[in-house]
Amino acid sequence: MARGSARCALASGVLLALSIAAGGAVAAPDGAAIVFRGIGTAPACASCHGAQGQGNSAIGAPPLAGDGLAYLREQLANFASGQRLNPIMQPIAHALSPAQQDAAAQVFAGMPALVPHPVAPEGNPLGARLAERGRWSEQLPACTQCHGPDGVGVGTAFPHLAGLTAPYIAGQLAAFRDGKRPPGPLGLMGRVAHKLSPADVAAVSAYFAAAGGAGTLEKTP
Amino acid sequence: MIGTRRFAATLLAVALAAGPVVAAPPASFQPPPDSAIPAGPFGQAVRLGKTIFRDTGRAVPQYVGNDLRCSNCHIDGGRLAGAAPLWAAWVAFPAYRGKTKAVNTFAERLQGCFRYSMNGTAPPLGSKTLIALEAYSAWLATGAPTRAHLAGRGYPRPPKPAQAPDYARGATVYRQHCALCHGADGAGQRAGGHVVFPPLWGARSFNWGAGMGSIANAAAFVKANMPLGDGGSLSDQQAWDVAQFLDSHERPQDPRFSGSVQETRAKYHNSPYSMYGRSVNGQVLGAAAAK
Repeated sequence: MARGSARCALASGVLLALSIAAGGAVAAPDGAAIVFRGIGTAPACASCHGAQGQGNSAIGAPPLAGDGLAYLREQLANFASGQRLNPIMQPIAHALSPAQQDAAAQVFAGMPALVPHPVAPEGNPLGARLAERGRWSEQLPACTQCHGPDGVGVGTAFPHLAGLTAPYIAGQLAAFRDGKRPPGPLGLMGRVAHKLSPADVAAVSAYFAAAGGAGTLEKTP
Repeated sequence: MIGTRRFAATLLAVALAAGPVVAAPPASFQPPPDSAIPAGPFGQAVRLGKTIFRDTGRAVPQYVGNDLRCSNCHIDGGRLAGAAPLWAAWVAFPAYRGKTKAVNTFAERLQGCFRYSMNGTAPPLGSKTLIALEAYSAWLATGAPTRAHLAGRGYPRPPKPAQAPDYARGATVYRQHCALCHGADGAGQRAGGHVVFPPLWGARSFNWGAGMGSIANAAAFVKANMPLGDGGSLSDQQAWDVAQFLDSHERPQDPRFSGSVQETRAKYHNSPYSMYGRSVNGQVLGAAAAK
């Protein structure tokens, strides 16, 4: 998976723009331009998701920095097609061509990932149990078995959970349960969401929100 | 299952006359919850065993030679019925084992886990590591009848498939149902300094001596437990095919390797369920065993 700083992405975007001007060739969309300046009716992604992809909890925009490329691409495609319902993201994603979606996703995927804080289980035993053990009496794996230790995210397909706010996580679990977003590859999250009670949802949401700290996250270099 | 309607009606009549009908089959054995681990030295040993079991490479790196942990194949810390739970294994030992042609203790059986499945070194008998794992296993088995063959033991073997297990069909199953987590190259995935999805073949997976190298065992494990959280969703045919596929790749050498692949096959892998010493895609498996 490509890694690099936002500044590198911006620099390479500028170089690309220059080479396009020089060569006159049709080239891949400038992801950095889309993310930091917007394009057409699509505003700059960074205006809500932050210049470092750190998100903005006040407006419900999740952090995207370092998330898996396949995952980010799929979300933009699902917003654009209307399979993932969201009144803000649907028109924005729809305004981007698939190539532009891909370019924007690459920028965020290449940003340094946020480092989660390990969460003390004492304050939230139910959340800790579901997050770290699951509930195998109904074939519910631990969240961390797919989303990684402390919800750091894994590879190109499993997004980070640490750093998401509790309302956001709870909202997405409800969306998975109610079919307001697709269930993900192998239908994994659709199945998971149906096995969680409201108390489970509240507990596990609080657990991973705590893994992100109170809005301030350290970055890996 | 029961047979004729009349037989069933008679049975019901007798049961109703006799008293309450037991409708469900007996419940599987339930191990105690972690919260019930006692205080004191025994409880400490249980906790250590649990830690070793769930985080093997970090807890006992001196005995581990790959990226696996016990709980990868003995799901939920050795608790889950149908995923070779520890509580069912504990009460079955000492036992004669065809693999060793000897009556082995439970501790000796654990040594095999480290030597083969973990591609590592057997902890010495009487070591803190083995005592802790025994304590954990014995505690999980609290109240289980000794030498009983408990429901949920091992991996339930699926029926033989309609078609002989096939590498190419298995490759398709793998790409569609397994690669998302275990990687197209079978090498698994890491994050945050941890192995999250275990490798299924190659240098960091179990070696040729491990039980999971038997296609029958792998098919049974997969059928009951994979994809993770969706056990039972693959057909029997799919489980057998993907087992054939994953057990047809190179992996570290069998520790019992004599110097000759065919000799080692004849002695330890003389079974239709082992691809060791067989040629796949022009390569003899075991000949260039992954380091």
